[in-house]
Amino acid sequence: MPDGLPRNVLPSDGFVIVAKHDCPTCTLVEPVMQSLDRAGPLAVITQDDPSFPSGVGTVIDDHDLQRSFQLKVETVPTLIRFKGGREVERTVGWDRAEWTRLAGAAAAGDGLPAWQPGCGSRSVEPGVHETLVARYGDTGLKARTIAVGEWDDPIEACFERGWSDGLPVVPPTDDRILRMLGGTERKPDEIVGLIPPNLAPCTVEKVAINAVMAGCKPEYMPVVLGVLEAALDPLFVLHGLLCTTHFSGPLVIINGPAARAIGMNSGVNALGQGNRANATIGRALQLIVRNVGGGLPGGMDRATLGNPGKFTFCFAEDESDPDWEPLAQRRGIAAGKSAVTLFHGEGVNGFIDQKSRTPEELVRSLAMGLFGVGHPKLCLAGNAVLVLTPEHYKIFKDGGWNRRRIEDELRKALKRPGSELVRGAQGIAEGMPLSFADRMVDKFQPDGLLIVRAGGEAGLFSAIIGGWPGQSVRDECQAVTHEIR
Amino acid sequence: MNVALKLRDPTAETSPTRRARLAPPPSIAGKSVALMDIGKARGSEFIDRLEGHFRKAGVATRRYRKPTNTKVAPTDLLQKIAAENQLAVIALSD
Repeated sequence: MPDGLPRNVLPSDGFVIVAKHDCPTCTLVEPVMQSLDRAGPLAVITQDDPSFPSGVGTVIDDHDLQRSFQLKVETVPTLIRFKGGREVERTVGWDRAEWTRLAGAAAAGDGLPAWQPGCGSRSVEPGVHETLVARYGDTGLKARTIAVGEWDDPIEACFERGWSDGLPVVPPTDDRILRMLGGTERKPDEIVGLIPPNLAPCTVEKVAINAVMAGCKPEYMPVVLGVLEAALDPLFVLHGLLCTTHFSGPLVIINGPAARAIGMNSGVNALGQGNRANATIGRALQLIVRNVGGGLPGGMDRATLGNPGKFTFCFAEDESDPDWEPLAQRRGIAAGKSAVTLFHGEGVNGFIDQKSRTPEELVRSLAMGLFGVGHPKLCLAGNAVLVLTPEHYKIFKDGGWNRRRIEDELRKALKRPGSELVRGAQGIAEGMPLSFADRMVDKFQPDGLLIVRAGGEAGLFSAIIGGWPGQSVRDECQAVTHEIR
Repeated sequence: MNVALKLRDPTAETSPTRRARLAPPPSIAGKSVALMDIGKARGSEFIDRLEGHFRKAGVATRRYRKPTNTKVAPTDLLQKIAAENQLAVIALSD
């Protein structure tokens, strides 16, 4: 007899049938169940209606599905033969030959068709199985449990323990965590990496817990794991980004089929609110840094002002135009693969140009806007992301310019005479060292301007997302792009 | 506590599950202490005695009283206490 099942209810030597009234095959074999009950010890475990089947002596109400779960039932009806308290055989659905082989002539079901497939057990319906594992099984989860009293609000309990970024989190219960872990094939105890600032080991299970709290769906897990692995790339310098007094935080850009599969937004309001995947994937990364890494505002996070993107800052690139080379491919990822690019982003600066009609006009105009990143007189002091919207991109496309051409022309347009930029020039103390006075100076590092397409169809705007001064040390700190496994 | 729900810890589990109380201040010199009468019988006598001890020690105090001992203090009273003081004594009696 399986553990947890009352021995005095199920026959040690006899038959158990698991059924539900909602299953046409179960109702079809109701006369067979009655016949088996007359023939010998039988218990019917009924999942949805204690009055079903009629005419059977022992009917066990299994609304809570505990018995179905413990018997590992996947299909109803399931006929199980017990001998000496142990299961010796089972068959699923209705198959006269099988039923009579197990139970003899009493299971012949005269007048019934010879065969009819069964239905899914309620215990394996989506989301139900994980709840049953959490209630009656071994979750295998290793994180310690935190008890919440019956009169306490679990969301408030999460706030009080400091697990929140200031917005409510989804309480991380076992069933939710198990469902989240179902979104990845990676083992829960696999260590993804060490999370700064405390360099605490972070398992896949801890990622799942924080993803639950962020509001992720299980199918986001591969992306969340990919984002975290990219963030832990030493070249991204997550520790420094967390500690900085600057505005910046991680900006997440997703490319490839994964973004489309989970319904990420790359269109209207792509940088704003309203899309669950965009909102929660970026938030999951921040919660992992906060909870696992211990990176708390006012603690190791020393941002003077921060920016709203430190709640979450994540979007997908619009890859609908086959002429456009997506950001991830530009950065070395094979076409058709999913990838995450992480950038140290300070926030969105809206760029308006409703008058340019040629690529040449627009590139000069964009360069003027891009010079403002950080400070108009500072160069090589931080990079930028340029988010081209459809209407601005159309000007380039109509002019025959592809990504590479736009990049080349912007690079040329983003040079300025050092004499205009050095400290004190134009009556402004801020600026480049005097040693730059006699040369042309690039605004950004050679590959420091990342161009990505996103946004709604209407609006001759684009967005400039400034970077982080830490990027000025190019060999030590850059945007990173990783394939999502 | 009757446990209704168990959550899994999202942190690195480097601190105890039982949250530590706030550490007492190294000194109460220069601080203002709220004396909160929760409305139980003879609570005011107890508060009077505490007030006297604080006065002798040169510590400023402010008196507050809950409207009724049967309900938790109203939020505006708690906010007022927090705004005007650095420490609070919530006095029981009987």
